[in-house]
Amino acid sequence: MHLVYPLVVASLLFGIGVYGVLARRNAVLVLMSVELMLNAVNLNLVAFDAWWRDAALHSGQVFSLFVIVIAAAELGVGLAIVLSVFRHRSTVDIDRIDQLSDGEPVPGASGRRP
Amino acid sequence: MSALLLALPQQVGPAPSYGSWHGPEALFCCLGVVAIGSALLVVTARNVVHAALWLVVTLGALAGGYLVLTAELVAWVQVLIYIGAVVVLLLFATMLTRAPIGRTLDLDSDNKVLAAIVGLATAATLVVLVVDAFKSGWVDVQRAPIGSAQADGAAIFRSWVLPFEVVSVLLLAALVGAIVLVRKPDPVPDEDS
Repeated sequence: MHLVYPLVVASLLFGIGVYGVLARRNAVLVLMSVELMLNAVNLNLVAFDAWWRDAALHSGQVFSLFVIVIAAAELGVGLAIVLSVFRHRSTVDIDRIDQLSDGEPVPGASGRRP
Repeated sequence: MSALLLALPQQVGPAPSYGSWHGPEALFCCLGVVAIGSALLVVTARNVVHAALWLVVTLGALAGGYLVLTAELVAWVQVLIYIGAVVVLLLFATMLTRAPIGRTLDLDSDNKVLAAIVGLATAATLVVLVVDAFKSGWVDVQRAPIGSAQADGAAIFRSWVLPFEVVSVLLLAALVGAIVLVRKPDPVPDEDS
């Protein structure tokens, strides 16, 4: 199998993930897009492992296992932060969590802070 | 270093042309099309729960791709952890944050066009770079070492023990951090107690 096929699939998935992170407004959907990007990286690692034929170390596959574990940890902490933000502000709309901005109203974000 | 150089894949003859498709290539391309299509639906769905379910399809197709690329253990870990745990966690978060369960037009930000431009630019740059760099790369899936649980386990517990232990500490820290973050604040103690 050509190495290019998995790499192109991974690149397209990464681009889709970038679009999702930038375009989505709900924090949970942003986390889903981050998972898409991490999976693109995993596909790269697995493809390069098969290309490298590294029977002793299996570096790519072991790294992709580590990435899966770290993604699970990241998602746990990320969702805890999202829940904490929801508890304090009753919203997970990223455009409305703008306390650090310099007061320019975000277009389309109505009812900003109390 | 010499071991690494020796481990470089030995190209046996020229790689077959891009027009000749065999079983693994056709299977992987079908799975890749499914993965990319459902990933597009993940980032464009108007319903949070539908987005999570399309994410399941994407992750399942990618697990099939890992199987084609001889990574058995990674594929099953993907099914167990991603589809089994991560998506369930995302659905729980959806319910707990009282996200709109039905269709809603409010899920996308206003900078959608800019985001599409940036995403397309990223994907185009990566595709051009990767095709230019690896157009002669050939994965011999018949001769690649199978990433079975035995092989991957031996690699992890012989060569990668230290990162493995560090990852376990990281998981513990993430667990404690998540609990601390979502814990309700302590009630103010009474003066006379």
